[in-house]
Amino acid sequence: MTERVSRRRRSAARLPVLLWLPAGLGLTLFLLPFAGLLARTPWRDLPVLLTSDIVTDALRLSLIASLSAAGISLLLGVPLAWLLARAEFPGRSLVRGIVTLPLVLPPVVGGAALLFAFGRRGLVGEPLYEATGLLLPFSTWGVVVATTFVAMPFLVITVEGALRNLDRRYEGAAATLGAGRWTVMRRVTLPMIAPSLVAGTVLTWARALGEFGATITFAGNLQGRTQTLPLAVFVALESDRDAAVAISLVMVVVSLLVLIALRDRWWRPL
Amino acid sequence: MLRALVLAAVAAAALACGQPDADAPASRGGDGGAGPALQGKVLISAAASLRDAFSEIALAFEAANAGVDVVLNLASSSLLRAQILEGAPVDVFASADISNMDAVVAAGGVAGEARIFARNALRIAVPKGNPAGVRGLGDFARPELLLGLCAPEVPCGAFAGRALARAGVVPAIDTNEPDVRALLTRVELGELDAGVTYVTDVIARRGRVEGIEIPEEHNVVAEYPIAVLAGAPNPDAAAAFVAFVLSDAGQAILREHGFAAP
Repeated sequence: MTERVSRRRRSAARLPVLLWLPAGLGLTLFLLPFAGLLARTPWRDLPVLLTSDIVTDALRLSLIASLSAAGISLLLGVPLAWLLARAEFPGRSLVRGIVTLPLVLPPVVGGAALLFAFGRRGLVGEPLYEATGLLLPFSTWGVVVATTFVAMPFLVITVEGALRNLDRRYEGAAATLGAGRWTVMRRVTLPMIAPSLVAGTVLTWARALGEFGATITFAGNLQGRTQTLPLAVFVALESDRDAAVAISLVMVVVSLLVLIALRDRWWRPL
Repeated sequence: MLRALVLAAVAAAALACGQPDADAPASRGGDGGAGPALQGKVLISAAASLRDAFSEIALAFEAANAGVDVVLNLASSSLLRAQILEGAPVDVFASADISNMDAVVAAGGVAGEARIFARNALRIAVPKGNPAGVRGLGDFARPELLLGLCAPEVPCGAFAGRALARAGVVPAIDTNEPDVRALLTRVELGELDAGVTYVTDVIARRGRVEGIEIPEEHNVVAEYPIAVLAGAPNPDAAAAFVAFVLSDAGQAILREHGFAAP
C-alpha cells in the first residue's frame, strides 16, 4: 500500500520532466513560423504598406465578415447546440455529423458545395436569383455565408458539450420553484454555460477571420467587396512579398490582441 | 504560410526521389550510343496554363526515357517563381510570361539561358450558349454582367488588363481569380458571364465553354520561356526535357493544345 503510494508520487514528480520535451517541441512548432514572419517583415516600409487601400479594405471586410459570422453563429448555433444536447429525435447522430462536417471538409470543397447550392446556377441560388435578382457569390454577403459555414461548428460543438456536462439538478430546482422554461434557460442555464459560450464565440470568430478556401471559392476575390485579409495575403504572395508579410502581421497582431484580451477578461474560468 | 506549405510539399516530393546516381552505368543496351541513360526524377515547375500540354509531353518524354520519372508542379507562374527563389529544388521552370522568368534569371537561378518555346494569345471564355450575349472586350464594361479576370498579379490578369486598356475599356469586374483555371471553372459553371483566358484554355474545355476572339490589335500574345535551373538536382534529365519540349515531337503536342510556334 505505502509502496504503491510512494511509487505513484515518484511518477507524479517525474511527469513534468517527461512533459517538458514534447511541450517545448510543440511550442517551437508554433513559435518558429512567427519568428520567420518577423524576420521577413519589412519594418521600414511597414507604415506605407499597412495604410495602402488593399490592406485597409481587406481589414475592414475581414472584421465585418468575421464579426457577422460570430454573431450569426450565436443566433443560430446556440439553438442548434441545444437541440443536439437536449432533444431526442431520430437521426440525431446524422444531424450532428452534418453540423460538424465543415470541420473536416477541406474549405475549398465547402466553397464549391456552397456554389452548387447558392450560385447563380445553384439548387437554391437559381430560383432565388430569378425571383429577386439576389446573388450571394461575388458579394460581401457571400463572404459572410462562407465564413459562417466554416466557423459555426466550433460554436455548436463547444456549447453542446457544455450543455451535456451541465448538472441538470439546478434547472430542476429552478423549475420546482416555479420558473417557466424560458426563465430557467435565461436565468440558470445560459449563465452556467457562459464560459463555454464565450470560448465558442471566440473560436468561431478566430476561425472566420482566418477563413480562405471557402471564401475564395464561393465569393470570389475583389478588393473592397470580397477580398478579406487571407485572400489579400494569398494574391500578394504572388507579386509583392513585403505586402504579403505586412498583411500577415496585421492578422497575427489583431488575433493575438483579441485572444489575449478575452482570455484575461472572460476566459479565465475555463 | 500557404506558400510555405506548397514549398514543403515540393521539397518533400523532390527529396523523396533521391539524387540521380551520378555513377550509374553510362549506357543501356540498345541505345546505340545515344549518350548516357537518364535516370531519376525530374521536377518541372510549369505554368497552370500548360497543364494538359505538359502532361502529354511528360508522358511522351517518359516513354522515350524509361529511367526518368517526370513530376509536374503546376501553379501560376508567379507562385512558381516565388517557390524557386525560396530555394525549392526544381529542375526546370516553364513560365507563362517573360517577367517571372527574368526575375529568376536576375537572381542567378537559371543555368544557361531561357528560351521561348510557345506563344499563347488571349480569348474571351463564355458559358456554353453565351447566355449574356457577350461579343467582345467592350462587354466587360457592362456592370449588369458577372465578369471575371485573373488577378493582376498573375500573367493572365496582367495581359487581360493590357488588352482591355488597348481596347479602351474600363472593366466592371466582379472577381479577380488567383489563376486561369479557377476563372475558367467559374465561367464553365455559369457563375460568370465572361472571363478573359488564353486560347489554349478555351480549346482545353471545348464543349463546356465557348470562345470569343479578341481582335489582333487589342490582343496580347504571351511568350512562354523555359529554362534549366542552376540548382537543378537532376541537370541532365532537365536539359533533355527542355530539348524535348523544343523538338518537333514536343512542339507538335503544344500545337495540338492550341499554342502557337515560338
